[in-house]
Amino acid sequence: MLDFGILFPAVLNGLTTGAVYALVALGLTLIYGVLHIINFAHGAALMLALYAVYLLKEKLGIDPYLALVAVVPGMFALGYLLQRVVINRASHGKDENILLVTLGLAIVMENLALLAFKSDTRTIETAYTLTTVAIGPAMIALPKLIAFGGALVVSALMLLLMARTDLGRAIRAVAKEKHGARLMGIDVDHVYAMSFGIGLACLGAAACFLMPAYYVNPQVGGGFVLVAFTIVVLGGMGSFAGALVGGLLVGVVESLGGLYFGESLGQVGIFAIFIAVLLFRPQGLFGART
Amino acid sequence: MRDLASIALFVVVVACTPLVTQSGVALNFIMMALYACLLAQAWNILGGFGGQFSFGHALFFGTGAYVQAIAQQYGVNPWAALALALVASALVGVIVGALTFRYGLKGSYFALVTLAFAEVFRIVALSVPFTGGGVGLMVPLRESAANMQFATRAGYLWLVLALVTVALLVSAWLRHSRFGAYLQAVRDNEDAARAVGVNPFRVKLAAIALSGALMGAGGAFYVQVFQYIDPGIAYGPSTSVEALVAAIVGGMGTLWGPVLGALALHVLADLTRNLFGQLPGINMVIYGSVLVLIVMFLPRGIAGIGVPVRWLRAVRRGDRNG
Amino acid sequence: MAETLLAVQGVSRSFGGLQAVTDVSLDVPQGSLCALIGPNGAGKTTLFALVSGFLRPDSGRVHFRGEDITGREPHRNALLGMTRTFQIVQPFAQQTVRQNIAVGAHLRTAGRREALAQADEVAARVGLAAQLDKPATDLTIAGRKRLELARALATRPQLLLLDEVLAGLNPTEIAEMIPVVQGIADGGVTVLMIEHVMQAVMNLAQQVWVLAQGRLIAQGTPAQVTRDERVIEAYLGHGMAARLRAAEVLA
Repeated sequence: MLDFGILFPAVLNGLTTGAVYALVALGLTLIYGVLHIINFAHGAALMLALYAVYLLKEKLGIDPYLALVAVVPGMFALGYLLQRVVINRASHGKDENILLVTLGLAIVMENLALLAFKSDTRTIETAYTLTTVAIGPAMIALPKLIAFGGALVVSALMLLLMARTDLGRAIRAVAKEKHGARLMGIDVDHVYAMSFGIGLACLGAAACFLMPAYYVNPQVGGGFVLVAFTIVVLGGMGSFAGALVGGLLVGVVESLGGLYFGESLGQVGIFAIFIAVLLFRPQGLFGART
Repeated sequence: MRDLASIALFVVVVACTPLVTQSGVALNFIMMALYACLLAQAWNILGGFGGQFSFGHALFFGTGAYVQAIAQQYGVNPWAALALALVASALVGVIVGALTFRYGLKGSYFALVTLAFAEVFRIVALSVPFTGGGVGLMVPLRESAANMQFATRAGYLWLVLALVTVALLVSAWLRHSRFGAYLQAVRDNEDAARAVGVNPFRVKLAAIALSGALMGAGGAFYVQVFQYIDPGIAYGPSTSVEALVAAIVGGMGTLWGPVLGALALHVLADLTRNLFGQLPGINMVIYGSVLVLIVMFLPRGIAGIGVPVRWLRAVRRGDRNG
Repeated sequence: MAETLLAVQGVSRSFGGLQAVTDVSLDVPQGSLCALIGPNGAGKTTLFALVSGFLRPDSGRVHFRGEDITGREPHRNALLGMTRTFQIVQPFAQQTVRQNIAVGAHLRTAGRREALAQADEVAARVGLAAQLDKPATDLTIAGRKRLELARALATRPQLLLLDEVLAGLNPTEIAEMIPVVQGIADGGVTVLMIEHVMQAVMNLAQQVWVLAQGRLIAQGTPAQVTRDERVIEAYLGHGMAARLRAAEVLA
C-alpha cells in the first residue's frame, strides 16, 4: 500500500493540483480579507473562466496559455463590475445580504452556463495535452507541471503586488481599517472593486492553467467552491501564506484520499476536514483569533 | 387573534379548491405551490425568525424523504413513516445544530457548514446500498388513503395543505410566544439576549429541530407524490435554494412572507416554462436573479413592502402589536 | 450593616499579553447605589463582563447572593437576579419598543400577554410610554438608553449593572435620567453603575470604586474618592495632585 512508486506520483499530482487550488484560494482569501465577504460565486466564476478558455481554443484556436492575456483581464473586469454595480448596492450594511447576493450570482452563473452549454463535459486538446515528463518513478502530465509552475508564478506576482505597489498598500490599508483609509483619501469603493477584480483575475489565470489537463461542465464550480473554502478556512481567512500552504496540503490529501478510498469518499474527506476546521479551529492554521 | 383568523381563512379557501375545479392541471399547480410554501416556511423558521441562514436545508429534506421511502420498504405504514421522517429530520437538525452552535458558528460559517453537510449526505447517499445508491428508491404504487396514496390530486392537495397549516400555526406561535420572542431576540442581538436571561444555544437548537422537522415533512410528501427519490433530488442544492429564495423574496421572519414568496416564484417558474419550454437551468437562473434583485432593491421582501403602512396603522390605533 | 449582594474577590483577566483587570476585589452591599469610575481603558467594562459571565476570569471568584457564580453563563446569572446593560446600546433592531422590553419581562413570566403588559408598566417608569409601538431603531440615543434600562428592569433584577447609561446624553437628558436611576434604586434594586458623568456619580452614588489600568486604586464615598491623590493622578496625570495643591484648588 505504501509503495513509493505509487505514493510518489500521487503526491506529485496532488502538489500540481494543489498549486492551482492555492491560486483559486488566494483570490477567495483576498476577497475575504479586504471586503470581509465570503464569495459564494467564486466557484461559478472559475467555471465561467474555464468556459472562456474552452471557447477561445475551440472557436479561435487560441492556446490556453496565450489566452492568459485575454482571460485574466476579462475576469478582472467582470469582478470589478460585479462588485461595483451589484454587490456593493446589495449590502445595505448587512453581511447576510452579501452572502445572499453572492449565492444568487453563483446560481445565475451556473445555470446560464447550463442553458448555454448543456451539461456535457468538455475538454480541449492541445499539442501537449498528452505529453508527460518523468520525475523519478513518476510520469507527470506536462500541462500539470506547467500549471504547477504557472500557479506559483502568479501567486508570487500577486504577493508582490500586495507588498510593493501603491495599490497593494491601499488594499492592505482598507483591509485593516476602512474608515481610517477613507480619511486618508483612499477611494474605498474603488479598492473594494479592485480587490474583487483581482480575486477573479486569479481565477482567470487558474482556468488557463487548469483547462489543458482538466475539463469543464456547469457543475465544476460547486466542487471548487467547497475545496477553495476548505483551503481558506484551513489556512486562515485572509492569510495568503495559509492559502498557499493550505492549497498544496489539500491537493495532496485529495490525491492520496482518492488513491486509497476512491474519488467520492475522497471528496467526503475534504468536507470532513472542512467541517472539523470550522468547528475546532475556525481561525485556521495561520489566521488570528478574532 | 388576527393571525389565527387569517390562517383559518386561507385554509378554508384553499381546501375548497378541489370542490370548485376538477382540472388536474389547476389542482396540481395549487398542490405544488403549497409544497413550495411548506419548504419556504420550514426554512423561514430557522432563517427568518432565527436569523441563521442555512444554505443546505436539503439536508433535512433528503433525510425525511429517504426515511419515508426506506421505512415503507420495511413494510411500515406511510403515516407512521411520516412520523419517523419528522423525528429523523429533527434529530439530524439537533446533531448539526449541537455541533455548529456549540462552537458558536454563525453567519457565513454556518451557511457554509450546512452546505457542506448537505453535500456530504449526498455523496454518502450515492455510495451506500440501502439508499439505492445513484439509482435511487421507488415507492410501489398502491393507492389507498391508508397508504397515503390518493387517486386524485385532491387527496395530495389536502395532505400538503395540512402540513402547510401546521407550518403556519408554528409560525404564528413564534410571533406570539415566549420562545418566539427569545428566538428573534437571539437573531437581533445575541449578547443583549443573553444579558436578559436567554439561553441562545438551547433556543437555536429548538429552532433548527423544528425547522428540520418541517423540511423533512416536505421530503416525505415529495416521496409520496412522486414515488421516487435519489441523492440528487434529496440532497441537491436546488431544494435548498428554492426554500431560501422563496422565504427571502416573500419576506423573512414574517407569517405570510414565505407563502407569498413561494407562490410568486411558483407562478414565475410556471410562466417561464410556458414561455421558454423545459430549458434546463432556466428556473434556477430566474430564482438566482430574483434573489439578487430582491436583496439589492427590496431586502425585506414582498411582505416588507407593506411594513411602513403597517407601522402607521398600528400607531394610529394604539394597536397592541405583538 | 447591609448584606453583601455581590462579592468580587481577586478577579484578574488578561488578553494575550495585555493584562486588562488585575486582582480586583469589591463588595456591593444590598440595596445600595454604587459607582465604578476610572479613566478610559481602565477595565471597567471588562470587569462587568467578568462579573456577569460574558468573560471568564483567569483567577479570582465572584459571589452573588452568597453563591459562587464565577464563570457562569450570563443567562443563568440573569435568572438569579443579575442583569447588565451595555455601553454601546444593543436594541433588538427588528422589533418595537414594547417587544424589546417584553423579552426582558419573559424571564419572569412565560405568558405573552403578561410579558407585554409588564413591558407597558416598565416603559412608563422610564418615560417610554409614548414610544411603545415604535420600532426600536426609531429612537434617539437617549431613547435607546432608556430602552436598554427598561429591558433590564423588566427582568426584575436584584442587581443592575449599568454600563455608562448616561454616555452620549446632553445635559437635559442627563438631568432627566438621574431621577429615573434614583427611582430604580429607591425601589429596592441594587445598582452598580459605570459612569463618567461625575455629576451623576456625586449625586447618586453611596460608594465609589476607582479603577485605573486594571487595578483598584481607591474606594470610598464620592467626596473621599474625588479628593484622593491617586485618583486625581490617574485622571489628570502624574504630579497633578501636587500642582493642584500648590495652586490651592483643593480645599
